[in-house]
Amino acid sequence: MNERIKKLREQSLNAVNKISVERAVLLTEFYGSVEARGKSIPVQRALSFKYILENKDIPMNDGELIVGERGPEPKATSTYPEVCVHNINDLEMIDEREKVSFKADEKVKKIYEEQIIPYWENRSIRDIMFSRLPREWKDSYNAGVFTEFLEQRSPGHTVLGEKMFGKGMEDLIAEIDDSVSKLDLINDPDSPAKIEELNAMRISAEAIVLYAKRYAEKLEEMSFSEKDPMRRSELNKMAEICRKVPAVKPGTFHEALQHYWFLHVGVITELNPWDSFNPGRLDQHLIGFFNEGIDNGSLTKESAKELLSSFWVKFNNHPAPPKMGVTARESNTYTDFTLINVGGVKPDGSDAVNELSYLILEVIEEMRILQPSSMIQVSKKNPDSFIKRALKIISTGFGQPSIFNTDAIIQELTSQGKNITDARAGGASGCVESGAFGTESYILSGYFNLAKIFEITLNNGFDPRTKKKIGLGTGMPGKFSSFDELLDAFREQVEHFAGIKIRGNNIIGDVYSGNMPAPFLSLLIEDCIKNGVDYNSGGARYSTTYIQGVGLGSLTDSLASVKYNVFDNKHITMNELLNALDKNFDGYDDIRKNFIEETPKYGNDEDYPDELAVEVFNIFHDSVDGRNGPRKSVHRINMLPTTSHVYFGSVIGALPDGRKKGEPLSEGISPVQSADRNGPSAVLKSASKIDHLRTGGTLLNQKFTPSFFKDETSLNRIISLIRGYFRLDGHHIQFNVVDASTLKDAKKEPEKYRDLIVRVAGYSDYFVDLVEELQDEIIKRTEHEAI
Amino acid sequence: MDGNIFDIKRFALHDGPGIRTTLFMTGCPLDCLWCHNPESRVHFKENGGKSRKVDSTYVIEELKKDLVFFEESGGGVTFSGGEPLHQPEFLVAILKEMKNNMIHTALDTTGFVDRSVINDVFPYTDLFLYDLKVMDPEKHKKFTGVDNKQILDNLKFIFDNNGVVRIRFPLIPGYNDDKENISDMINFLKDLTNSPIIDLLPYHRLGISKYKKLNIDSSTEFLSPSSDDRIQEVEEMLKINGFKVGIGG
Repeated sequence: MNERIKKLREQSLNAVNKISVERAVLLTEFYGSVEARGKSIPVQRALSFKYILENKDIPMNDGELIVGERGPEPKATSTYPEVCVHNINDLEMIDEREKVSFKADEKVKKIYEEQIIPYWENRSIRDIMFSRLPREWKDSYNAGVFTEFLEQRSPGHTVLGEKMFGKGMEDLIAEIDDSVSKLDLINDPDSPAKIEELNAMRISAEAIVLYAKRYAEKLEEMSFSEKDPMRRSELNKMAEICRKVPAVKPGTFHEALQHYWFLHVGVITELNPWDSFNPGRLDQHLIGFFNEGIDNGSLTKESAKELLSSFWVKFNNHPAPPKMGVTARESNTYTDFTLINVGGVKPDGSDAVNELSYLILEVIEEMRILQPSSMIQVSKKNPDSFIKRALKIISTGFGQPSIFNTDAIIQELTSQGKNITDARAGGASGCVESGAFGTESYILSGYFNLAKIFEITLNNGFDPRTKKKIGLGTGMPGKFSSFDELLDAFREQVEHFAGIKIRGNNIIGDVYSGNMPAPFLSLLIEDCIKNGVDYNSGGARYSTTYIQGVGLGSLTDSLASVKYNVFDNKHITMNELLNALDKNFDGYDDIRKNFIEETPKYGNDEDYPDELAVEVFNIFHDSVDGRNGPRKSVHRINMLPTTSHVYFGSVIGALPDGRKKGEPLSEGISPVQSADRNGPSAVLKSASKIDHLRTGGTLLNQKFTPSFFKDETSLNRIISLIRGYFRLDGHHIQFNVVDASTLKDAKKEPEKYRDLIVRVAGYSDYFVDLVEELQDEIIKRTEHEAI
Repeated sequence: MDGNIFDIKRFALHDGPGIRTTLFMTGCPLDCLWCHNPESRVHFKENGGKSRKVDSTYVIEELKKDLVFFEESGGGVTFSGGEPLHQPEFLVAILKEMKNNMIHTALDTTGFVDRSVINDVFPYTDLFLYDLKVMDPEKHKKFTGVDNKQILDNLKFIFDNNGVVRIRFPLIPGYNDDKENISDMINFLKDLTNSPIIDLLPYHRLGISKYKKLNIDSSTEFLSPSSDDRIQEVEEMLKINGFKVGIGG
């Protein structure tokens, strides 16, 4: 790492997360202005976007090669009052909370009090949404049956495709003109709306060009006063680049990175979409520019690496906008989930690993920063040496990159109806979510607490925590004469709550479609321009709405325990069991011990519990998959938790697997912490029994002590483990390589371990930023696997 | 067919090539002073031992579970113990089924067994992990309780019949790490094969807690593992004589 990158990296690491009111103020100014009046909603949105980009500060960080910040400085984080307006209490809480805080000083609070809150109160998407959602949705939400992704952040969950590296805004404006000219103004009653949307897209395209030009001017100014001739020539070159992109398509490696970064800043300035934004298959998008630069001598491997490193820092400068309440608990992290994809296959199906794939891995290894997150795509066509290179990074305990099964992702996407070329151009984003990059809107709508629904089933539809009957009356379990009756009751309850969630999704989709178009994002995802329809209204070529199942391991073990102990072996009656749960196992230590130690558990490659995992998976899948959703989408499932398994655990009482009240649930499709006793191969076998190909992603966490990664022979075995799991259609696996004593020390003395990054659940995070329950969970798991 | 085992360990990384599942079979005719699997010698849950009687079909199903990982890694199943050849019929029944499934088999043995048993398992064994402990017959008897003539004869037989062998040499400080023993071993092996492979297994103290648990006296309780330097010396000695050497299993 050279001095410049070291400095930029340090600056980013040391920057304080704080709230910047700049965007909120500009947005509010615009909406209060004459300019906003009498315009359609999409055009208003586009004009507000333009107003922000025209007037926002355009900071430059010392020595940087890629320019553009969302806020006035690194980690100065915008708010989005049109989506969710924070009140003064919220700001104080965000400022003061121990984990994932953002400084909000008196000035911020004053501006909020005087300008932001008065305008946006009761106008924000969140306000509109909650006023329209039915009572049973709110009851279920409050009980912790599901979460809602779109209550504080807008739909995003998408990734840029390769085509956008070959187009500039001028090309897109030409496409917009073409789309407008093809409208049938007489026979298409939607054509007026389409004209407004297309106009909004045009304004947004012009706005981002204008923003880039502002940088060009600033860079030119800076070059005049720059004394160092080297830097002066750099600044001139950068100015030239900003004059060019994103107006026209990039022609060099440097231009391509700057081009993308302007688009990224545009997307996260327009709104606060989930998973920020993502350049996706970076090694594929850039390889042409890279080769050309090397061939014509304008680029060296070192200069490419420096540019990539500078690019990397930009991501790290942009934490996820502050979240609160349930949303903070389900996704408690500064990470904004940009997931760089490396490897995989080309659109023609051939091995896509190239020289740049390895160079990017080198950058990941050297930079060792939280953002962007990274992953490798592994197809059966990719060489083992590629996996081995990635494992060497993983073995340093960094938790990145994670490893994905390209062949599974392609099958998942094609089975949903995508054509194979679009599927091969895809990958995974966010934590583990499969998507067709550049062509799909695949919105995560919320986590779904399967274990909670089991608890409600055991209580005949009643939620013991909120003391409300929110489920169906499926019968008192004490009266069930067979395990199948219990399973049928559970199935009915899952269908019931899935229905409530889907009904809510339709309402929320309508709220966004009607009130919060995203014309800038719509420019970037095919076929919004061609269709003249906004991203948030179903303009993308493919639209999918996901509900993410959580607690598979805990639920499976609980069902297995009831089947084994109550029905098959009659160790205990159902009523005794319910009593023990009700008492949180107080006075039932022997029974609990029996549940934990003598009862079959998911994760050991034993069919008795694993068949129940499959059963549960199928129940959830069949309740959701194929049902229509907002934005002309279809509902699908995936299995990932981010941090929601901690929140979801906190709303559930004791469970029959021996878990006590309030403890975290199992995460992803991983077994319950410490329940797997036959080693990693058995875990992978268990996890592969559910049909990953009928999901849009599953998450499997494996924690290893460093000894498993110590030499070539060990690495080869890990490669075989991965290959074996992927042969069984496993979607994703991630490795945490760290010993328990290090983690314990970090918990005790966080100030000494600020840089310790661990794999959490589909993403990496600073260990010291994790809530205590998560820290303990990771320590527990790591100890368990120590040999 | 029933047999006695005390563990099935998956993702075993030290008992042969690739990812393996190791079957630990109960019972051993030897009584090595340094034994690190004392539970293998204790039958049927006596004294807290883990030995259990199981059916071969159950064992076969368990051993086949990681087939996909065996195939990906060039791994397979390892039979260890205890002395797996101590239960020859049970072992052959399982071995045959492994070979029917094209699974690589390794046999971790002391070789202290009738030739007829070696003959029985030979066709189904891809790799012999063959223990050589002490070359001097007197000392061998003293440290392990049995004579080593049969052990050495069987090893010769396996080599003569082109069996694939990795020698396992447990390095026990003060018992068999002397120069004389090592040169005897080198000379013996050089007569048998041109390309001997040997795994040096440095003594570790993991067995000690098991002795305590099992209420068995251990005469090696106060033994310390060899130093890294000593291990390296032995390794050099073997390498100079053309051996391929692995450290640890």
